[in-house]
Amino acid sequence: MKEEFTLSVFTENSIGMLTRITNVFTRRHINLDSLTVSESEVKQVFKYTVVFKSTQEQIDKLIGQLERLVEVFKVFAHKNTEIIYQELALYKVKTDLLSNGAVEQIIRESQARILTVDREFIAIEKTGYIEEIESLFAKLSSFGILEFTRSGRVAINKAMIE
Amino acid sequence: MQQEKITGAQAVISALLCESVQTVFGYPGGAIMPIYDALYDKMDELNHILVRHEQGAIHAAQGFARVSGEVGVVFATSGPGATNLITGLADAYIDSTPVVCIIGQVTSKLLGTDAFQETDVIGISMPITKWNYQVTKASEIAPTIAKAFYLAKSGRPGPVVIDITKDAQFDQTTFDYKSCLNVRSYAPSPQPDLAGFIKAAELINKAKKPYLLIGQGIVLSKAEEELRQFVEKTGLPTASTLLGLGALPNNHANFCGMLGMHGDYAANVKTNECDVLIAIGMRFDDRVTGDVSRYAKQAKVIHIDIDAAELNKIIKAEVAIHADAKYALQTLMGLVEPKQHTHWLEEFRLGKDYEQTQLAKNKQLHDSTKIMMEDALKVLTELTGGEIVVVSDVGQHQMITARNYAYNKNNTNITSGGLGTMGFALPAAIGAKLGSPDQTVVAIAGDAGFQMNIQELGTIMQSDIGVKMIILNNSFLGMVRQWQQLFFEKRYSFTEMTNPNFVGIAQSYNIPGKKISEQTELREAIVELLEAPGAYLLEIIVEKEENVYPMIPTGASVSEVLLN
Repeated sequence: MKEEFTLSVFTENSIGMLTRITNVFTRRHINLDSLTVSESEVKQVFKYTVVFKSTQEQIDKLIGQLERLVEVFKVFAHKNTEIIYQELALYKVKTDLLSNGAVEQIIRESQARILTVDREFIAIEKTGYIEEIESLFAKLSSFGILEFTRSGRVAINKAMIE
Repeated sequence: MQQEKITGAQAVISALLCESVQTVFGYPGGAIMPIYDALYDKMDELNHILVRHEQGAIHAAQGFARVSGEVGVVFATSGPGATNLITGLADAYIDSTPVVCIIGQVTSKLLGTDAFQETDVIGISMPITKWNYQVTKASEIAPTIAKAFYLAKSGRPGPVVIDITKDAQFDQTTFDYKSCLNVRSYAPSPQPDLAGFIKAAELINKAKKPYLLIGQGIVLSKAEEELRQFVEKTGLPTASTLLGLGALPNNHANFCGMLGMHGDYAANVKTNECDVLIAIGMRFDDRVTGDVSRYAKQAKVIHIDIDAAELNKIIKAEVAIHADAKYALQTLMGLVEPKQHTHWLEEFRLGKDYEQTQLAKNKQLHDSTKIMMEDALKVLTELTGGEIVVVSDVGQHQMITARNYAYNKNNTNITSGGLGTMGFALPAAIGAKLGSPDQTVVAIAGDAGFQMNIQELGTIMQSDIGVKMIILNNSFLGMVRQWQQLFFEKRYSFTEMTNPNFVGIAQSYNIPGKKISEQTELREAIVELLEAPGAYLLEIIVEKEENVYPMIPTGASVSEVLLN
């Protein structure tokens, strides 16, 4: 049975690392749902957070093949219950909508915040689970969304030390 | 005092000399010219073999590495020079062969612009190299080469590509060579706990029908002696994968043959009868296991491998030990009890007798005056005691060689296992001869595979390399034809070959040769081949439609062996 897994892949910061990591998934014909890359808590050690649907058996094999890469330090796999995770989204809507009390209420209730107020548009930021981000998208849709973007998942482990 | 500077190209040559490299296989071209220019001054220290095609260079480097246990080194230019290496890189990667390829690249300012002879070598070779790296500064050359050698030969060995831009070759740098002893994100030497070995030894000690499978991991970790002692103490029947042949001499009392699709009857069938299956330095390739859902289900499996990614990849192990084969055998040696599995070994012998009887029946169907492929290998074994280096190509003759030549000495079995690369044998034999000049090296190829890198006869001529060549000519792509016969209703779609005069071609390269087709000529012709002072080509016309048996059809279980 397939379920959602989040892999944390810790690597050196070297050119081509992204391709090396994604090659392992491509070879096994796995489509990624989300990918986020950033420097980790250790300077010059990068963390790839990869989200996709898989089975525990396949995960074990993927970890082996990822850890076999020379510049990979360690790989951890987690189910959603084992991590604290969030995504971030930005929504651009017309400024004149602010005069509409309904939009203001949606922003408040969604625990979103306004980042920028331009003469023509406002930028709204929402951090949360994908369902919350999608729900806000749905609510704003009827008023017209000029632009939308959502980040990949970022996650930290619930255990004290990974 | 200011340190003396040299060019990046000179740094390449000096670094190779610091790594004690004596032989390089290569082919010059625009983007690697500075390195070849630096080589011009060191020709007496670094022996460069000019091949006829870059694929020949990398297969030669593989043959060199496999016979000597050293790293094989290749030079090639950018673009087509680099892309011609790809098949060899894939071959070396899947067969864990340590090779370092140094490739020229366009100048760094032109990277990414579709410059003349520019190819994204790093991108192309990434999935088929253990590591690759693009060097754009002269100062990076020495540390990168040091790292490349360390990575290529440590842990599970493999090929490494270093792509060096032309400006980095020209630029000046100081040179202070330090061998690489550690890469922080890479742990090639596993530190297994004793608990796994204790559990493994308990299973082995209690087993009624334990069975040992060995692979190339034994050869790569130079554990042949530890293996022999372990086998003799435990009394384990032992079978080998294709690439493990030679790790335990074929004439050893406990050696029970080869595994896999064209392996031995008992060696395969007993996999599904043993109670404990011990696999060391092998990776349960699909050609070995057949249908995995019907593979060794009754057995408790102990799997020992240096590559953690191989453990539980194909076959779930009761005890999986991430360890080097030599270390594992030494550790287990102290934990296992002396045993003799006489009755169990006898079952293997009975299986072998049954197989021999069945195969003899197949042979009777053929004209006894004509030569079958196996006859040539049997004569070769008789004349050499199974102690020469045999480099086989890919196809029917490869399986027949593996089955009929007796590999009685380690590091003498060179063939393309995982990738199954036709055209491998001739260049790999060139490399093997250079890697072990005192041994007789015989390349055995089919008529089709021989033509895939036939241009390397030019390398043999120019560098005077004493490679012996046997072409087993059935005028067919024999293995494909066999499958067409068995599984595609004899619809022989593009498998029949019209061949050239091979002996005539060899003569054009100043290589003596002979063609035979009668059984009565066989022995004398092989004697002549072996006694020839240098290179020699023997073309043997064999039965056109001989099939390789035993055979486990794709998708069948190892218990379902066809003998005719």
